[in-house]
Amino acid sequence: MSGNGRTRVTFPPRDPGAQPERTWFAWRRTTLSFVVVVALAARVALVERSALAVVAAACGALAWLAMLRVTQRRIRALSRAQPEAMGAAEVRGTLLSVLALIVVGVILL
Amino acid sequence: MIARITAAVRLWFAPERIREEGTTPDYRFSLANERTFLAWIRTALALVAGGIAVDQFLTGLRWAARTTVAIVLLAGAVACAFRAVHQWVRVERAMRRGEDLPASRFPAVLATATAGAAVLVIAVVVLGWAGR
Repeated sequence: MSGNGRTRVTFPPRDPGAQPERTWFAWRRTTLSFVVVVALAARVALVERSALAVVAAACGALAWLAMLRVTQRRIRALSRAQPEAMGAAEVRGTLLSVLALIVVGVILL
Repeated sequence: MIARITAAVRLWFAPERIREEGTTPDYRFSLANERTFLAWIRTALALVAGGIAVDQFLTGLRWAARTTVAIVLLAGAVACAFRAVHQWVRVERAMRRGEDLPASRFPAVLATATAGAAVLVIAVVVLGWAGR
């Protein structure tokens, strides 16, 4: 990055263990796992074609959107240098999204 | 005992309170704790997927057997989700106070339950108990 006429780009100091990146990917993996469950719920709604199953699958999709919001927030925080520990909003948001999805699973039985 | 449980439950829903004590540890330790939390959340999600899949795809089983297995899996998902938060809070607090990390029996219980469930399914399939 010596100044040979090119534009200088400043990166946050890199962590050699790539901890923020690994955590970032862990959040992504988790939202992806969530999609698998929502897809299963959507399949149930398509096969059973009952109003209850469709509403339940839609609630599952909403829970996924909530989870996605939490993930985006956290990933933004992780892109700063030396990110702070996860806060209450992330813990609560994740827990409530997962519990909502479990309720959807119970309704679909 | 009851006071300890209510204190833990209060921390699940207000984890910002752990910042009130101790000193902030190296951010990498907190990130490692966060990834462990997420791994438990994925375990819970896998159990939800398993519960729905059992109910949808094991149509060769009787209704009662199918629903029982699905409910056990979904209950396991609830346990894993709360356990994820509980252990995250406990580890974060121990790191802030400079204490040893808390030991837990939960992984052993989950492993035993998984092994037991696998043996049970093998027995059911081999002996053909659960057919229509």
